[in-house]
Amino acid sequence: MYEIINDFIQIEIVSMFISAALPLFVFILPFALFAVLAERKVSAFMQDRIGPNRVGYHGILQTVADILKLIQKEDIVAEKNDKVLFNIAPYLVFAGSFAAFAAIPFSSKYIGSHTEVGIFYIIAISSLVVAGILMGGWASNNKYSLLGAMRSAAQIISYEIPTALVVLAMIMFTGTMSLDAMSQQQTAYFWNWNILGGHETGILKIVLTPFMISGFLILFTSTLAEVNRVPFDIPEAESELVSGFHTEYTGMKFAMFFLSEYANMFAVGAIVTAVFLGGYQSPFGYIGNSIGVTWLVPIEQFFWFTAKGLFMVFVQMWLRWTLPRLRVDQLMTICWKYLIPYSFLNLIVIGIITLL
Amino acid sequence: MDLYDIIFYLFALLTLVSAYFVVTNKNIVHSAFFLLFTLFGIAGLYVLLGADFLAVVQIMVYVGGILILLLFGVMITNKITNVSIKTGTIHIIPAAIVIGLFAGALASIMVKTQWQTESAKIPFTTSYALGKSLITEYVLIFEILGILLLIALIGAASIARREEKE
Repeated sequence: MYEIINDFIQIEIVSMFISAALPLFVFILPFALFAVLAERKVSAFMQDRIGPNRVGYHGILQTVADILKLIQKEDIVAEKNDKVLFNIAPYLVFAGSFAAFAAIPFSSKYIGSHTEVGIFYIIAISSLVVAGILMGGWASNNKYSLLGAMRSAAQIISYEIPTALVVLAMIMFTGTMSLDAMSQQQTAYFWNWNILGGHETGILKIVLTPFMISGFLILFTSTLAEVNRVPFDIPEAESELVSGFHTEYTGMKFAMFFLSEYANMFAVGAIVTAVFLGGYQSPFGYIGNSIGVTWLVPIEQFFWFTAKGLFMVFVQMWLRWTLPRLRVDQLMTICWKYLIPYSFLNLIVIGIITLL
Repeated sequence: MDLYDIIFYLFALLTLVSAYFVVTNKNIVHSAFFLLFTLFGIAGLYVLLGADFLAVVQIMVYVGGILILLLFGVMITNKITNVSIKTGTIHIIPAAIVIGLFAGALASIMVKTQWQTESAKIPFTTSYALGKSLITEYVLIFEILGILLLIALIGAASIARREEKE
């Protein structure tokens, strides 16, 4: 993508900037419009309700109506709030989740930035989200907000460890940190995906597959916890903390937190997809290749990537409306007593098999 | 002036100005948040030097780890957040001597070092070479650092878990 833009503009750094920023307009905003509605429809379906159905055909314009409503809302900043930090926080949170999209490979022709440190960059830059949440929670000058922010930070820094360990194992296995290169390696058919042992053959593949599947589950669980979704949503547990760190936010600032949450949901899906589920590779080979139309291949890849990502988003919604919320001690037990030891075991086994 | 120069100066300005506010701000939480921008600006400078891996490590370790823990500590200890810190000047003479020595040492290093002035080719990735030298040439230092961090971790845990004596 960068090359195409560079041909037009001829200024290296400006075209890099545009190509890295483009996912916001081509992807995150339409996705959020769709996902908010999908969440409500999925929840309605799971709970045997109808869900929003008044605005537009079966309620498809519901999110647009919600946004129009949010724009009109008064932007309330309470008197005892820390004005500056309170105003910066939503944008910092959104910047963190938006910046992560720069290294996500949507297809072999479209990735925001061809950086070599892809997945590592995504893990690092999402720490801006934690800083933003802490900032918002503290600046709200409200005990529920502060408690929510504290819980969120504790949760995110704990679950960063299993995430990093699984990702480290996969970096050793694939020999690259770039999500684009990882996707390229898992080429062609679904039995070459990393979750089924990648390109290893014979007995090694059979030995490797259970560890890959457990790695996949650990990565999915811990990234889910990092984006504060149910069952890990104790930072905004409605029944205990009103709504956690964004209790005091209204109007568009609240919308920024909301948008960031949905962007994060897709980012989780995208990371899991690119690392384990073959990235943008199709499970059965490409139509474009078999009928000899090569320009069709990147479009198919885009389709497969978003399809897998959206499926993972659906799984997150499914979990949200199925599982109850964890208690704080259960949350820490899961992380420190189960996920971290297992991910260490995973790291060692995958490392040994990679060396063989 | 090149576009890269402008970006360099923007990052440098971000780093310096926020570092100034870290030191002079009366509110400790504000200082901590200004530190976020300082560390981020330094990461930006690393990127401009072509050290992509180092920049990401900078964000990961300092912003994602240290700063968050710092904020955590500051916020969880009540009574710190509302106390205004004294930022007056004391011990001017010893401070001036130490700063003078330090600045002199830095300046002499800057002047004396034979800098490579030819425009070096920025490598496509630095992580391969870094990893290679970490486990071959500098493996002893790497291991010692690992043990040091482990000791710090165990020490922190044992202090935190010390049972109250009756």
